Amino acid sequence: MTKYEKRRLRLGLLFISPWIAGFILLSLYPLLSSAYFSLTDYSVLSKPVFTGLDNYHMLMEDKLFWQSIWNTVFFAALSVPINLITAIFLAVLLNFNLPGKKVFRTLYFLPSLVPMVCLGVLWQWMLNGQIGLINQMLSPFCEAVNAVLGTAISPPNWLADPAYAKLGLVLASMWGVGNATVIFLAGLQDVPRSLYEAAELDGCNFWQKTRHVTLPIISPVIYFNGIMGLIGSFQVFAVPYVMTNGGEGPGRSLLFTATYIFNKGFQAWSMGYACAIALILFLIILTLTLLATYASERHVYYAGK
Amino acid sequence: MTARTAKRVQTLCIYTALVLGAVVFVIPFAWMISTSLKPLNETMSLPPRWIPSVVQWQNYPEAIEQMKLFWRYTGNTLYLCAMTVIGTVASSALAAYGFSRIEWRGRDKVFILVLATMMIPFPVIMVPLYTLFRELGWIGGFKPLWVPSFFAGAFNVFLLRQFFLTLPKELSEAARIDGASEWQIFLHIILPLAKPALIVVALFQFMATWNDFLGPLIYLTDQSDFTLALGLQAYQSKEGGTDWHYLMAASTLVVLPVVILFFFTQRYFVEGIAATGGKS
Repeated sequence: MTKYEKRRLRLGLLFISPWIAGFILLSLYPLLSSAYFSLTDYSVLSKPVFTGLDNYHMLMEDKLFWQSIWNTVFFAALSVPINLITAIFLAVLLNFNLPGKKVFRTLYFLPSLVPMVCLGVLWQWMLNGQIGLINQMLSPFCEAVNAVLGTAISPPNWLADPAYAKLGLVLASMWGVGNATVIFLAGLQDVPRSLYEAAELDGCNFWQKTRHVTLPIISPVIYFNGIMGLIGSFQVFAVPYVMTNGGEGPGRSLLFTATYIFNKGFQAWSMGYACAIALILFLIILTLTLLATYASERHVYYAGK
Repeated sequence: MTARTAKRVQTLCIYTALVLGAVVFVIPFAWMISTSLKPLNETMSLPPRWIPSVVQWQNYPEAIEQMKLFWRYTGNTLYLCAMTVIGTVASSALAAYGFSRIEWRGRDKVFILVLATMMIPFPVIMVPLYTLFRELGWIGGFKPLWVPSFFAGAFNVFLLRQFFLTLPKELSEAARIDGASEWQIFLHIILPLAKPALIVVALFQFMATWNDFLGPLIYLTDQSDFTLALGLQAYQSKEGGTDWHYLMAASTLVVLPVVILFFFTQRYFVEGIAATGGKS
């Protein structure tokens, strides 16, 4: 390295030093100590005692842990694709650039600004089984169906019914889809007009254009929003916590992995055990992200490449 | 069907879909505000009643009364917002500068590390962070909630770096020839040009702090130190879900500042969010 290069290196490191310190103290150290704590019996009040893989053995037998993983995977598998598709659909509608577009964009975006706690309180109210607005709007439909088919269906009890609690949460999460919509809209506006014109000359209709022009061009944005949705849904905590008044939902249907880490770490003060759960959650997110990245390398189109 | 009628039918369909979508998105807001202005018995009326028989504005002062420390919570939240915004803007601007305007060996490899840290969710590291802050004697105070913002969070560094890269290299080179130090270039040339991006980062951080729930939940112990989000949740779980008119009034009060801020800064918001999405 020349003297000049050394000076540039020192200067660069100086500027990024806040990040380096943060990386070591707030990312690396917590991850490594989490791995260590997960091998110990540790409550905040006493020193950690090394117990080897005991926590992990216990985890494998722990029904609540598996339930929390199942709930989280179920919620992510449902909410990530639904929200992606909804966001793309809304962005395509907005991208027709009709008058009033900005008003619609604002209306779609606003709910994503609502703080998680307010979202939880509001949707607990919306999804109330007896007097919630959703069911008040659903019940006329159910009655009509019953009258015609002679069935006896009634609107679900949402957050009070283990079979529907997570669906209720998905519904609440869909309300916040506006953020992804704005990102997709920006992606759509980057699609070169000339590609559409060429497709039109070849006689493509709207769906063919969407399928063969729009989707490939915005595939990096789909990848980005997908990963963000994935990471977000795997750490879902605040909304279900608020919806259940700090509980786990009926039949533990709203016990998510982040909730379980919180309960074990900060209610039961079994911090070693909580770290073991946290590490497994991290490994799951890491694996899924790498898988998605691997898949994206085959299917995502980057204009620069 | 002529091309013109086809075009008209298409436009009509799109408008119908847009309006339906807008109605679906607005209904929960409308219901929140409607409920917040009703007398208690009308919150439970069947079929739903959108316009209260008497508009009860006093639900708002009464909800504030019910939450007990509402103004205290507001003050705490604003204090944390101010501190985290200062910390984030200052530290991420510095780091982003180092990742974009100075060439040094290994820079882009280190930057991949920056991106990788975005994948670490808070719940995964909250236990060791808690014990770290406990060693420092910070639990029960505000420090665990604002000090970390002075360490350049990955997301903000990423956003600012994207913006810094769009500024022409010649700006810095000309200044260097004139004998300006890197610090002077950063302070007097790049920062003033990056104002829109800095505003975006400040806004995002403000929102994040205003919304944060899990952080305050584990670090704050004394009710008088609660933030609005935590205070609202504490009120809701204590109240147990019966006084929905008060709960909706309190929720509206927590949402409202964010919505007002959005309307004054909409341009930055929309551009900022668009910039987060892989425009790299």
